[in-house]
Amino acid sequence: MEPGDFVEARRRLEAKARPGGVKLTSLTEAAGWVKDGDVVAIGGCCYSRTPLALLMEILRQERRGLTLARNLMCYEGEWFIAAQAVETVVSSWFAIGLPWGLSKVFRQAVEGGQLKYEEWSHLALGLRFRAGAMGVPFLPSLSMLGSDLMDVGSAKTMECPFTGEKVALVPALFPDVAVLHVHRADRLGNCQIDGYPHMDVDIALASTTVIITAEEIVSEEQIRSQPDRTKIPGFAVDALVEVPYGAFPHECYGLYEADFDHFDKYVAEGSSQGAEGVREYLDRYVYNTPVHKDYLSLFGAGTLERKARDAQQLVGRG
Amino acid sequence: MSYSPAELLAVIAARQLAGVKSVFAGVGIPLLAAALAQKTHAPDLTIVVEGGSIGPELLPGQLPISTNEMRVAHRARVLPGITDTFLFAQRGFLEVGFVGGAQVDRFGNLNSSVVGSYDKPQVRLPGSGGANDIISLCHRVMVVTTHERRRFVPRVDFVTSPGFLSGGTSRRDAGLLFGRVSQVVTNLGILGFDEESKAMRLEGLHPGVSVEEVLEMTGFDLLINDQLPITDPPEEKELALLRELDTERRFI
Repeated sequence: MEPGDFVEARRRLEAKARPGGVKLTSLTEAAGWVKDGDVVAIGGCCYSRTPLALLMEILRQERRGLTLARNLMCYEGEWFIAAQAVETVVSSWFAIGLPWGLSKVFRQAVEGGQLKYEEWSHLALGLRFRAGAMGVPFLPSLSMLGSDLMDVGSAKTMECPFTGEKVALVPALFPDVAVLHVHRADRLGNCQIDGYPHMDVDIALASTTVIITAEEIVSEEQIRSQPDRTKIPGFAVDALVEVPYGAFPHECYGLYEADFDHFDKYVAEGSSQGAEGVREYLDRYVYNTPVHKDYLSLFGAGTLERKARDAQQLVGRG
Repeated sequence: MSYSPAELLAVIAARQLAGVKSVFAGVGIPLLAAALAQKTHAPDLTIVVEGGSIGPELLPGQLPISTNEMRVAHRARVLPGITDTFLFAQRGFLEVGFVGGAQVDRFGNLNSSVVGSYDKPQVRLPGSGGANDIISLCHRVMVVTTHERRRFVPRVDFVTSPGFLSGGTSRRDAGLLFGRVSQVVTNLGILGFDEESKAMRLEGLHPGVSVEEVLEMTGFDLLINDQLPITDPPEEKELALLRELDTERRFI
């Protein structure tokens, strides 16, 4: 779909037989919504609430030619590069985090011409998702003006018809599939997110298909008792899977902190060795551990509990 | 009292926030400077972080390394979505922003995207993140950076974040009506910009630094103020507060 094509986006949504009622399914079936060549938008931000369990399952299904869109890309982006699953990344930032420096895998892929990187400012990408969520072709912005970012994506400028001032226009992004991880949902897919909302709601509403993992599936009664905390309505959701620690070793607000020791290990043994190092990591942590519980057991006894305690302390409940 | 270049940067940046009510700060030195300012020269300062946190209080020894992790949410007053956080700046609520970059040029433009060309880069850097938005939308922006010749280039390879573009009125002509780069704070001195030409100008020196040293570390012709006040060195109290926050000396 061309950027901003709100007519086609609306047609696709209407034409799609979105399943009514219960959305619960398996990781395999949920990830199966992603097809080769799709534009996949990833929720959370950097190493917060990254839907890692779903992303790992997409990798196991050996998709090809994907475009990944995420506002700040962490090392999950390296996985898709190393697996040769991604052709284009749409983002405002791609690294792992301050202490780990530049991403070697990302650098080599872009500098070697294997990966196209479409860079936007953080707000501009947020507005692209929001325009998509609103079903309109674009939104005006006062960011990006005058910068070279205007020339590397599909942004345009126009003279404001009301004031005559120059404004930037960013086109709606309508991803094929949104991949999100949330705190809790009922079986109908009504989702609640604690703490940072990041861009998840806009991403969900902008996308044609929405697949979600939740830390916990709760009763419809529980959702009804706190409807003000429900951020994504069930009618926007296609597939839902209960996956406790579904973002680990990235963090999930209030439930577990990120495991930075594992980040150190990932960089030392995997990422710093380039794509080959990451492929070896994926063999161990992704391809040979298709069951999420087996994957979690690789992090060592006591780690999950410790990270849960750290999270409680940080949000003032410990 | 001895101090590291990073401590000097944080202390000087914090002093520039005297009396400021709101600051848009990224992780690392900017966040430390903002937290220090809150405890010294800017008691009413609200810290805003782009991951979506308004008014957080840093936990000593547990400083955040990304702008959107739980450590930045500690005791926050509001946790808005990321897009909405930037829209507070676009609406005009946020006074000062902090930015950095791999390259800065004589008009205060910053590059955090590529060394070389965009399509065939020699070095692909992480990208703008919120830097472009902060420099476009806050009332004024402070560049905080180490002062190196390879960093202070005549013209950035790619304008990720617009300073004064090609100088004069070019920033306004591009549609950037509100913000401006007010200062560049480095480990050698404090720099500003000529009112007319918008070219970078040396306006102050840190203790023990000579004009020659600054010129040597700058890859373009720098304007030099007639008056060059010498910065007061970091006080014991300022350093103690910083070290209480960053107990592991992760950033300082």
